[in-house]
Amino acid sequence: MAMTMHVDIVSAEESIFSGTATFVLARATDGEVGIMPRHVPMLAQLKPGEVMVRAQGGEETLYYCSGGMLEVQPHVVTVLADTAVRARDLDEAAAKEAKRRAEEAISERSAEMDYARAQAELAEAVAKLRTLDKIRRGRGSNA
Amino acid sequence: MSGAKEIRTKIKSVQNTQKITTAMEMVAASKMRNAQHRMQAARPYADKIRRVIRHLAQANPEYTHPFLQEREVNRVGYIIVSSDRGLCGGLNNNLFRSVVRSMKASEDAGREVSVVTIGSKAIQFFGRLGANVVAETSQIGDRPHLDDLVGAVKVMLDRYEAGEIDELHLCYNEFVNTMTQRPTIERVLPLPAAEEDEEPRHNWDYIYEPNAVEALDLLLTRYAEALVYQSVVENIACEQAARMVAMKAASDNAGNLIDDLQLAYNKARQAAITKELSEIVSGAEAV
Repeated sequence: MAMTMHVDIVSAEESIFSGTATFVLARATDGEVGIMPRHVPMLAQLKPGEVMVRAQGGEETLYYCSGGMLEVQPHVVTVLADTAVRARDLDEAAAKEAKRRAEEAISERSAEMDYARAQAELAEAVAKLRTLDKIRRGRGSNA
Repeated sequence: MSGAKEIRTKIKSVQNTQKITTAMEMVAASKMRNAQHRMQAARPYADKIRRVIRHLAQANPEYTHPFLQEREVNRVGYIIVSSDRGLCGGLNNNLFRSVVRSMKASEDAGREVSVVTIGSKAIQFFGRLGANVVAETSQIGDRPHLDDLVGAVKVMLDRYEAGEIDELHLCYNEFVNTMTQRPTIERVLPLPAAEEDEEPRHNWDYIYEPNAVEALDLLLTRYAEALVYQSVVENIACEQAARMVAMKAASDNAGNLIDDLQLAYNKARQAAITKELSEIVSGAEAV
């Protein structure tokens, strides 16, 4: 019987595959790597591409993953898949965008506007409650 | 007694409000279930990545990443996770209160504080407070994606690497159960040093591809992102649970109010009839 290893493919949002396999093929940054049980420990960055898992019966399944990390221990292989294609400049752009929004939100005083609106709404609600209370109390004294 | 008509209008209006709160309660209940589901789906990634990091600590890495190094704390960063919408009881305010307390403690100790907010309630609150908000993300919706959070997290990680902050905290509501949500402040960076276990330290190291620095950098960045994602998902579950409870209370209150108003209305109606009757009777007697 062939040796097997445990394979987990997970992304931050869900677990994609978990089971035993005899062979895993993935695309690392420096080229494809094929992993069989008892591989030496390895930590590799993955390129967007497919990860092939060969199960015990020789059945092969392909999973697409848009980059991520591959961790290999002698009997455990973990693929930490990214949920979307990630590149340094894209991340950079996202970071800039988040900074810009913060500056905008503070300088534009739109937050203040929201606050003012909320306050007006609160005042209205309080007034309504007071009216209701009055009606109730009026009934109480009449009873 | 006049006002029978007014009371009837009031009852109508309260009934309409009650319809809305009941609907919101039911929507929140179903959204909460979905959010809990997502919370569970996100768990394996965090578990796996934690396992990898534990392996890493056991190994004998050729390079220590800045995220793993403790240093003297002069500046502190906070990532604050809140909801985008209100009507969820004291959820956000409870969290903000404990965050402000912690921020104040840091400031009293002479540490500078910078803040990244996630969710529009947090930006409103901390913007008004005059905190040093360096980045924000909002309108994440009920199904957050990791990509939406990357920018905000990266700002803080960059600051950490650049030495602009020496510690990073993550503030969110922990989902205990439907009735209980606990404001939580957790230290993300530097990563807690692996506890020395009894196992003999192995003298092995990974094969890194392309190299140790990049691989570790990627791994630890992903880890921090995964933590933030998890907290956002958890906070959404909290938000829906809190909203459900708040709306249930509102519906119950509306019910009580309607009962009271109904009583008042009946009395007013009865009084009017009595008055009319006595007027007719006394009128007939006079003839």
